[in-house]
Amino acid sequence: MARNKEVVVLIIDVGPTMHGVLPEVEKVCTMLVLKKLIYGKTDEVGIVLFGTEETKNDLQKEVGGYLHVLVLQDIKVVDSDVMDSLHELQRGTHNGDFLDAIVVGMDMLIKKFGPAHKGKHRLCLITNAQHEIKEPDEGTKADQVDTIGQLMKTHGVRLECILIKSKLAGSVQQKIIDENIYLLNQFSRNTISKIIHVDGPRSLLGALKTRNISPVTVYRGDLELSSSMKIKVWVYKKTSEEKFPTLKKYSDKAPVTDRFATHELKIDYEYKSAEDSDKVIPPEQRIRGYRYGPQVVPISSAEWEAVKFKPDKSLKLLGFTDISNIFRHYYMKDVYVFIPEPGNAKAILAVSSLARSMKEMNKAAILRCVWRQGQGSVVVGVLTPNISSEDNIPDSFYLNVLPFAEDVREYRFPSFSDLPTSRQPNELQQEASDNLVKALDLAPPGEEEALKPDFTPNPVLQRFFHTLDLRSKYSDAELPPLDASVKMIMGADPDLLYPQYLDYFQCQFELKNNPKKRGNSKRALKEEPFNSNENAGVEGEATDVLRIDSSAAKVEKIGDLHPIDDFVEMMARRDSSKWVEKAIKDMQDYIYNLLENSYRGDNHLKAIECLIALRKGCIMEQEPKKFNEFMHLLYENRKILELNDFLNLLSLKGIGLISKTEAPDSEVDVEAKISPVKSEINSQ
Amino acid sequence: MDLDPEGIFLDDSDSDEDGLQEKEPTKEFVVYLVDASPKMFGSAGAHEDEKGVTFFQAAINCISESLKSQIIGRSSDEVAICFFNSREKKNLQDLNGVYVFNVVEREFLDQPTARLIKEFSSIEQRFMHYIGSRYWIEPSSRDNSLYNALWVAQALLRKGSSKNVSKRILIFTNEDNPFASISGAAKADMIRTTLQRAKDAQELGISIEVLPVGSNGFDVSIFYADLIGLQGDELPLFLTSAGEKLLDMTNQLKKRMFSKRKVKTFMFVIANGISIEVNAYALIRPTLPGAVMWLDSITNRPLKTERSFICADTGAVVEDPRIRSYEFKGQVIRFTAEELARLKKVSDSTHLRLLGFKPLDCLRDYHNLRPSTFLYPTDEEIAGSTCAFIALHRSMLRLRRFALAFYGSSSRPQLVALVAQDEILSSCGQLEPPGMHMIYLPFSDDIRSAEELHVNLAKPCVTDDQIKKAAALIKRMDLKEFSVCQFANPSLQRHYAILQALALGEDEMPAVKDETLPDEEGMSRPGVVHAMEEFKVAVYGENHDQEEAAAKASGTEASRKRKVMLEVALKESANYDWAELAENGKLKDLTVVELKNYLTAHSLPVAGKKEALISRILTHLGK
Repeated sequence: MARNKEVVVLIIDVGPTMHGVLPEVEKVCTMLVLKKLIYGKTDEVGIVLFGTEETKNDLQKEVGGYLHVLVLQDIKVVDSDVMDSLHELQRGTHNGDFLDAIVVGMDMLIKKFGPAHKGKHRLCLITNAQHEIKEPDEGTKADQVDTIGQLMKTHGVRLECILIKSKLAGSVQQKIIDENIYLLNQFSRNTISKIIHVDGPRSLLGALKTRNISPVTVYRGDLELSSSMKIKVWVYKKTSEEKFPTLKKYSDKAPVTDRFATHELKIDYEYKSAEDSDKVIPPEQRIRGYRYGPQVVPISSAEWEAVKFKPDKSLKLLGFTDISNIFRHYYMKDVYVFIPEPGNAKAILAVSSLARSMKEMNKAAILRCVWRQGQGSVVVGVLTPNISSEDNIPDSFYLNVLPFAEDVREYRFPSFSDLPTSRQPNELQQEASDNLVKALDLAPPGEEEALKPDFTPNPVLQRFFHTLDLRSKYSDAELPPLDASVKMIMGADPDLLYPQYLDYFQCQFELKNNPKKRGNSKRALKEEPFNSNENAGVEGEATDVLRIDSSAAKVEKIGDLHPIDDFVEMMARRDSSKWVEKAIKDMQDYIYNLLENSYRGDNHLKAIECLIALRKGCIMEQEPKKFNEFMHLLYENRKILELNDFLNLLSLKGIGLISKTEAPDSEVDVEAKISPVKSEINSQ
Repeated sequence: MDLDPEGIFLDDSDSDEDGLQEKEPTKEFVVYLVDASPKMFGSAGAHEDEKGVTFFQAAINCISESLKSQIIGRSSDEVAICFFNSREKKNLQDLNGVYVFNVVEREFLDQPTARLIKEFSSIEQRFMHYIGSRYWIEPSSRDNSLYNALWVAQALLRKGSSKNVSKRILIFTNEDNPFASISGAAKADMIRTTLQRAKDAQELGISIEVLPVGSNGFDVSIFYADLIGLQGDELPLFLTSAGEKLLDMTNQLKKRMFSKRKVKTFMFVIANGISIEVNAYALIRPTLPGAVMWLDSITNRPLKTERSFICADTGAVVEDPRIRSYEFKGQVIRFTAEELARLKKVSDSTHLRLLGFKPLDCLRDYHNLRPSTFLYPTDEEIAGSTCAFIALHRSMLRLRRFALAFYGSSSRPQLVALVAQDEILSSCGQLEPPGMHMIYLPFSDDIRSAEELHVNLAKPCVTDDQIKKAAALIKRMDLKEFSVCQFANPSLQRHYAILQALALGEDEMPAVKDETLPDEEGMSRPGVVHAMEEFKVAVYGENHDQEEAAAKASGTEASRKRKVMLEVALKESANYDWAELAENGKLKDLTVVELKNYLTAHSLPVAGKKEALISRILTHLGK
């Protein structure tokens, strides 16, 4: 028999006021059984409903009373029947009495396992506690609760209550709920009980621990404050990522008719020389190598064992520090919890007094931890107090792992205040943002916090188990859609949306796609980049795409805004020889355009400036011919473009063809420098 | 400035790099250009204890530190170290005033090796003799060492395609006006050609950065702003090492030597139709010892592992099996790999979707699973992102709230808390950058309630006096200067020290100091000892040690039982003459219980079959 076998009796309120949340109750209970079918196949489950029309329980037969309590399922090892019986719970017609139901549940446990048996037994009550329980025949309700509590204690039964907060039904009074909660709290005086308040279907799904992991200590022993002062502690994991189940690889090679096929795949490893893949090396001939720069240092495990870092198992206190010294984002891993050694009053006192004064002083302790002998590494962590709110649970500590110097990359980011004002919010924008943050409040005062991590189940796991169940019934079932209640955690809760604040926010901030950047970055990813610096020129197109910097895109053509700057920049580009040619061509086109579109010479001044720049550029790059040809072109078209004024202006400014003295390649003599243009103008 | 030059190389598709190990998308080639002019050999430390440390030395230290962390973390990156304004020359172009430092078995631009680090970190002593210092940019000389240096660096960076390599030149200098000594046309010409040289390099995809080593007053606007292409409004973003102390300066240099690598860019959806864009950076990730490579122990050549799947039913080799199975209720449930991928993908995109805001105290200490990720806004694709981000950031800081969001990554969709972090500056620069930290929250499936396992119905209550004594102790043992990550990881340090020693063929194993051990000296100060003793008495009572000792002496139930058993065994086994029985081969006539008595009496193991027991007795008797 499995040592960790757990027995759960689900006690579910199905009375009229519960009908609204029953679909979720069905879901969470089904999930509990489903997980037991996977992880705890020997666990046993019983189901008691109360508030039903029907009455069916042993106590009613034996002693009478206990009306409207229905034992839906006697305690038995989990199977698909148990799960099916939870799929659709009957809707009750009466306001049930939870205490009766608890007694029935206890009775089932005692009858099944006898008075002596102590095991992992749990009663799980799901109710909204809206209805008064009846007065006992003798004594008060509190006395009755005490008696039952004592009984539970002697049988080692735990009680877990999930109280669903729902809208008050018309006749129900808050007073009754308060009394019921008070009574349920009474249980914890005698036995181990826990009350979880949930305020809606979403939290309900995570409220019931559907998988029971028997925790294993990471460390048991001394927490050394100093060499003389030690506290005995046990360390457990507080959080640990529940991984997606590992699935086996499946082989469909066996013939369909083979009923005994295992469909298993065996994995075979072969080690081959990297250079010569025909040479297979037996596993024992391998040796470990560690990379150090380009070198690989071979070292056998025995040698490594002899020299490696071997700290002794211990928990040592390094000191205390202000909690504000340790930012939350430095927490590295999953979290440990330190509890004082169970039953050791001294340890409980020591932990408790330290935790409470740390809490008061806002301090945290820094610890050096080596969990096991020979573990090969140390952990430096921050210990923070966890003050227990329950009377019967001692105070404890949480430990979070801190990074080492090697683990931190200290990048620098520009201060927000140094950014240009166009990127800083103005007052209106700040107000819109403030309002949004206030409005989208998930933990409004006086209400239960929404989307608590503790009550929010992992949607992927939920979906996997759900699919598993479906496929066990219909082997080719499609993947089910995401559960609606699970979906809510992935998008904003419609109840919480405040469209007016969002609209206002949207109005204030102009968020729009940066089409140019978007296009470019997409293109940049696709383009074949150039290979080396040498042949960059050949692949000019690719180059210009790649060079797009986040700050300034390279100039690729002459724009209307700063034509001269664009031209100069293009001329100066060195990543391709194409650019000079393109710049000159573009500039010529630009000037021609200017002149063509000029009205009564309004563009002439601009054109002259451009022409001067072009001339200068052509001299620098030793391309006089291009300039001179362009001048001739202008001259030839002077009639169409009505350039007489323009040409006069040129000669006034002394702008003419590029002469031999300026650029050796020129075919224009010094004397003729201006004359071709000038003389012909004069000749008119 | 190097805000994000390599951004375009990143694949921001749906790759799954949000695991613990950051995926490094590119290699990096770096040329360190170190000014070796006489000015660099001036004393850098303004403080007493730092006198005698030169600017040059400070630069060397920074580089060797970064080489050391690079060989650990990113050993595929390649570096070249190059001095300019040196007396000797050594470079491919044979230019004056440039010396490329190198060691044997290594190209100029190559991965750092153990030898390079070793020789480089001790270069200071031999520098003057072998390489020397000389300032070349003078009216009389026509050499422009800065120009030459850039040319050499550019030539070194010629290899490697710029698709997957980011190339950088880092200039370490304390001269903000390199052409001060010359004037007129010659100066203008030199400046022009040098700038053009730098520009040419930048157009080839090489980013140039200047790391001023001057203690104070390095005026970047004189010359270097043009060289590295800073625009007017970016000037304030250029961070000079304004720190007074040398230590602060080296810290700052260190921070700037690594280029920022972003992990990912994603959309932060505030509501339908309102999204901003953020870049994610992994500021904190555990550094692990490098992966093990398997070698052939005879040749020391690397091995590759080949994995094959063999069908257990037919013995056929299966290539790339696509079907997975899971046993449930005695049935084998099958999934195809595609189905599993779809199943895990609960949201359509890897967006970050805002769900709402909560007060900071809702974020409990145990709400943690993995190292956090840092978010900083970008306007690259959505204009206005930065502005909206800053507004939210300020609101969250002021209202003391964090944002709860859903992060739909394909590997593990989960809830995250976005905690706004204000910028924190100190004399030694930026301690905490401004932005938001994305903290991965657990689901209810991941949280365990171990503290509820052991309930104590009669829980003792602490008294005020006990709390006061604890408070006194806490005050005594306060670590005032504590900063997270001040410790080096002793295990990692040891690991690499061993590797370095083996790589260099040294016999002696280096000693590595474990900084994480408690400060014994501080602990033994009378004040601390006294406070500790007071606290101990307050919670444990006066006679705790005696009680403990007594408890130990009386032993537990089990140990008492063992004692009794031993006594019985001693008495019983004394009834036989074991030597004689062994001599005559009569041991086999005894019963197992009798044999075991002997073994127990001599504290030998009692497990095994009768023959084993006999042979154990014989060995013990020396037969």
